[in-house]
Amino acid sequence: MAENSQVYDLVIIGGGPAGMTAGMYAARARMNVLLLEKLSPGGQILNTDWVENYPGFPEGIGGFDLADRMKSQALRFGLPVEAAEVTRLDLSLPVKQVVLAGGTVVRSQSVIIATGATWNKLGVAGESELLGKGVSYCATCDGPFFREAVTAVVGGGDSAVEEAVFLTRFAKKVYLIHRRDKLRATKIVQERATANEKIEILWNTVVTEVLGTGKVEGVGLNNVITGRKTVLELEGLFIFVGMRPNTGFVGSEIQKDPRGFIVTNLYMETNIPGVFACGDVTQKDFRQIANAVGEGANACNSAERYLDRLHAGSN
Amino acid sequence: MAGKNVLQVTDESFDEDVIKSDLPALVDFWAAWCGPCRAIAPIIDELAAQYDGKIKVVKMNVDENPKTPGKFGIRAIPTLILFKQGSVAEQITGAVSKSHIEEAIKRLV
Repeated sequence: MAENSQVYDLVIIGGGPAGMTAGMYAARARMNVLLLEKLSPGGQILNTDWVENYPGFPEGIGGFDLADRMKSQALRFGLPVEAAEVTRLDLSLPVKQVVLAGGTVVRSQSVIIATGATWNKLGVAGESELLGKGVSYCATCDGPFFREAVTAVVGGGDSAVEEAVFLTRFAKKVYLIHRRDKLRATKIVQERATANEKIEILWNTVVTEVLGTGKVEGVGLNNVITGRKTVLELEGLFIFVGMRPNTGFVGSEIQKDPRGFIVTNLYMETNIPGVFACGDVTQKDFRQIANAVGEGANACNSAERYLDRLHAGSN
Repeated sequence: MAGKNVLQVTDESFDEDVIKSDLPALVDFWAAWCGPCRAIAPIIDELAAQYDGKIKVVKMNVDENPKTPGKFGIRAIPTLILFKQGSVAEQITGAVSKSHIEEAIKRLV
């Protein structure tokens, strides 16, 4: 993208459901808006095989398909989208500066941060070394490499349990390794896992290391109740143990919670006037497409009201 | 799924197109069922255009060509491998930003 001397009304950083919804509302409001996305729009739904809790699709919808539909809906109203990675924000002046990889600066009256979150690493030995060689954070991407293999999923939330069920399409055995004695996943999702003969749940168990040379060959396990240590032989380890926010480019001037998620109020305002946040990057208990979309609409509306006040003040 | 500068290679053509290539080659291992592969596809096309004549950018569909990914131990996609004079010089797993891929390319050209 070339040097850009204009000052946008609104720059949206991130093209997942939250950012795309904010962008669609902004385009319809005829704001001078730009959406920046480091990959192509879609966000985490692109990693999702099937979405069945997003209203309006009674039979469910594929993750790809939903992302495509959100994108074409936003583009239909003229939302400009640039493939660019944001490396830094300078929020010290009333006109905010969004710095891109390569050094280009995009200037805007207001900014919406919608950069989402990424799966946490377990932080155990062997995990990073064996990434892509049996360690995975995306079952829909990598599941088909494990036909007739023994695999395990780590975690107990919706994603972990859904991905375990998904993996049974390929793997001959899926262990679900969970550190507690009950799952956090939605009941209907739990029911599918317990009804599936290929899934075996290892309760009160944590992974202590990933074993293997050049490829995953097993994991070290520790039962947190009995303290018993075992080795489980397997080829694939899929890790879904909570998320970390994608806020590497966001400085300390923006208030975050202890885990790094951006703190907003009900209007999706951060502590800096004119800077808003929405979707998985914000502090909350429950990260869903449905609330990301709602927050995106809300953030855009708040940005619009902020601009109105700004223009009223300058007249 | 590929821009005009991006050749689709197969298990059969891999040796000729990648291993024996005079230019360094960037191979994007992908499949239709992989969302993040779609997400980086436009970036790969851009890089192919940008580094035209300096590197050769190719794609391999792992569904249709299981042998080569097997040979390189690939069990995750997207995986990008940069080959120089027939050997693996850089390997990137997962969807990463354009600047990340570009840094790897710049180390080779």
